[in-house]
Amino acid sequence: MTAATNRYFGSPVLRNEDAPLLTGAAMFVDDIDFSDMLHVAFLRSPHAHARIEKIDTTATHDRDGVVAVFTADDLGAFWAPSPLVVPPPPIEDLVFNQRTQTPLARDVVRYVGEPVALVVAENRYLAEDALDRIVVDYDPLPVAAELEPSAQVDAPMVHDVRGNVAAEVRQVKGDYNLAKNNADVVIARRFLYEHGLAQPIETRGIVARWDTKAEHLSVWAATQTPTSLHGGLAQLMGLGSHQIRVVAPFVGGGFGSKLLMYYPEELMVPWAARQLGSSLKWIEDRSEHFVATSQERGQIHDAEIAVSQDGKILGLKDVFLHDNGAYNPYGLTVPINSQCAVLGPYVVPAYDSSFKAIFTNKPIVAPFRGAGRQHGVFVIERLLDIAARQLGIDRVEIRRRNLIPSDAFPYKNGIMFQDFTELQYDSGNYLPILERTLEIIGYESFVRDEQPILRAEGKCVGIGVVCYVEGTGIGPYEGAKVQVDPSGRVHVATGIGTQGQSHFTSFAQIAADLLGVAVDEVDVTTGDTDQFGWGAGTFASRGAVVAGNAVHEACSAVREKILNLAAEHFECSSQQLSIENGEVQTLDKPDQSITIGELAVLANPMRGAVKPGTEPGLQATRYFGPEAGTTASGAHAMIVEVDRETMMVKILKYVVVHDCGTPINPMVVEGQIHGGVAQGIGNAFYEKVMYDDAGQIMNATLADYLIPTSMDVPVIELDHIETPSTMNPLGIKGVGEAGAIPVAPAFAQAVEDALGIAEGGSEILEIPLSPNRLWELAEGGTQ
Amino acid sequence: MLEELVTVSTVVNGKHYRRVVEPRLLLSDFIRHDLGLTGTHVGCEHGVCGACTILVDEKPVRACLMFTPQADGHAIETVEGLAEENGELHPLQEAFRDKHGLQCGFCTPGILMTMKAFIAQHPKATEGEIREALSGNLCRCTGYQNIVEAVRLAVSRIGGSS
Repeated sequence: MTAATNRYFGSPVLRNEDAPLLTGAAMFVDDIDFSDMLHVAFLRSPHAHARIEKIDTTATHDRDGVVAVFTADDLGAFWAPSPLVVPPPPIEDLVFNQRTQTPLARDVVRYVGEPVALVVAENRYLAEDALDRIVVDYDPLPVAAELEPSAQVDAPMVHDVRGNVAAEVRQVKGDYNLAKNNADVVIARRFLYEHGLAQPIETRGIVARWDTKAEHLSVWAATQTPTSLHGGLAQLMGLGSHQIRVVAPFVGGGFGSKLLMYYPEELMVPWAARQLGSSLKWIEDRSEHFVATSQERGQIHDAEIAVSQDGKILGLKDVFLHDNGAYNPYGLTVPINSQCAVLGPYVVPAYDSSFKAIFTNKPIVAPFRGAGRQHGVFVIERLLDIAARQLGIDRVEIRRRNLIPSDAFPYKNGIMFQDFTELQYDSGNYLPILERTLEIIGYESFVRDEQPILRAEGKCVGIGVVCYVEGTGIGPYEGAKVQVDPSGRVHVATGIGTQGQSHFTSFAQIAADLLGVAVDEVDVTTGDTDQFGWGAGTFASRGAVVAGNAVHEACSAVREKILNLAAEHFECSSQQLSIENGEVQTLDKPDQSITIGELAVLANPMRGAVKPGTEPGLQATRYFGPEAGTTASGAHAMIVEVDRETMMVKILKYVVVHDCGTPINPMVVEGQIHGGVAQGIGNAFYEKVMYDDAGQIMNATLADYLIPTSMDVPVIELDHIETPSTMNPLGIKGVGEAGAIPVAPAFAQAVEDALGIAEGGSEILEIPLSPNRLWELAEGGTQ
Repeated sequence: MLEELVTVSTVVNGKHYRRVVEPRLLLSDFIRHDLGLTGTHVGCEHGVCGACTILVDEKPVRACLMFTPQADGHAIETVEGLAEENGELHPLQEAFRDKHGLQCGFCTPGILMTMKAFIAQHPKATEGEIREALSGNLCRCTGYQNIVEAVRLAVSRIGGSS
């Protein structure tokens, strides 16, 4: 048969989902309403660590509008530590102490914000009023707040583990000690890196409706993982999978915070709906979001690099502590990513990396866009900067000398990645990316000509250039069901959720090319388990890669069905047919055609006989599971100006050159990078969650925790290098997290340069920075 | 004890509403849940993110910072009032689509309403002025670049025709 043509794949097609979003018609979880809807509010612990002596709810009972109050004692067998979402990878001698959360705290609370009770009332106002009438008798316990002290053997214990060890992992390749002995220079530093809160503009939320007569639970949740939530609820509530439907409607951003965590709220709201035989809604408010939703947080790296006189990396050693928060449902995804990211796009012959994940009395740490990679990229990029300075080599040149050459792929790193496979880079062209970046930012001329002139004018300007890789598109698998309707429209359903990634368009582009229709004739459903119930979800820059390839395979199968049926209809060979504008035409008789809608009717006969083995309809379901992930890469460069008086940093120019394989929609890819960079800038300079020694968050409003505004994010100049992935038929690599990952080391390098590191200024070994912190660093010392 | 209920009369997107509400009811909740106009989104409920921005007597206002009785006698416009009745998008909406000025779309209604009032006041706005006018609306997806581009396009289309 004739091959499909790429009319849409690779083009900047405008989005199918925009019209409902622009007119206010799109349905988000808080937009759902039922006549019997009741509203939930949670009572949360004001203590970071305390024993619950007694909970008295009697004063709520006579309140108007209050329907029910639940505490842990009401939960029966439903009260149990939740399942582990992500198990630890099979690494030798790995220690993992699983401590997951219960739906409501019963005996001990372990972070400020942990839910201890919930009220169901006629509206949210009344529910919150009733919270004030619940009396909880707490006996405060010593708090493990700060990371390093919490790792001491005599630290207050969050659980029953001495030294609060959540996990210990060591991964080794080559012989670091030998590398160190052979090195001309060894550089050791301590790096502090904190990554903050995802802060999607829509908070979390869930609506659950129990239909007593049908014995059926419907759930609408602002989640990135509707299929996993479906499976988890079925298991924990003792329901058949056919008795639950989970829908992720339009979701207002996620960035990791809306992954399945077995959050207490996503368990309790469905459970209470079933108890009450009613419809319940809980929408997180922003104050809750700061304490109730997973975060990323700090790591402390003691790292060293062994290099030869000519700047070649001989080996790296890294020992780090990872703040895990109070529970570890998401296993080791974040610190394993950090561990792998230290290797970067460089040839590292020897690597010895070990970390301890430490329980602290703070909210759960789980992936937030980048998911620990930022911490690792900061370590390697800063070590290279310091090594270059010490060796008298240009910081760009030291990177050139160590980048993995283009003929070395697939490149095996000899350690294990978060997806339980060996960390392997499938393809890449790292040096051309770096050179292109330097060209666009004008590195040579800036350093040689412009910077000296600007400095002579008293301007404090600097440049930063860094490289990164990002493991994307990990398994296990996703699937898609594709169907041509009698109307001639195409329906694509997949299990992943969507939080702004443009899946309604990018998947439609894939389908439109294969099935000969327009992009706006393809309806895409994501995240409705009644439409498609299998898959893992949208995270780890995997949606377009894994689900996109599943859509491609399912559409290819439907295309074959269309052509075979049309060949039968026209009594010709399918080789002589083409599909265009929703019609199948024979190549030799262009006036002879049949629409795919008409074929869909023919494919579903209501009388007569069909051949044995016939599947009805123009429909196919296919799954795609890559052997391993695929590695995207890129380089970021920026020029900054620092105001010496206020220490405010202005980004004058920002360049990203990246390689995400074959892009489905370059407009969407660029948007993903813009947004990622903005979050990276926030991480580098604006966003710091402050906790005091008692584990209280000190800045839990958006007026105090600063998200970058339109005044803070510069224009980002972009260029693409395309090195197709070898791990999937479409050659796609993920791009969701790429923008966010390497911003901070580029920022630190540029600011250091601006403040005159070459003339004896301070090294920047920590993130996030702030004007205050830069002032302190400039005044004296790094600590 | 619950406070006494109050009667509120207001015009929303040209339609007259008269409702009896609790005085503490936030205007954002009134618009979304009492009137069912759920296009106005709530992001922070402390007046910072700008997602709930609506127009009150043609001026942008954060609906989460007003109590419903304060809207008594005032005219409100929400995102649902932007497009023509026949479904034709407002030039701002068109420009956001053309320039990929939205991703998840949650902050978008507030930005559209803020920009509608801004362009009316600044028909020849520059990029710098647009960035400043946008700085009260947080977006976590786009990095603002395409939002700025979209508003520039809308300014040229709207301003150019006036």
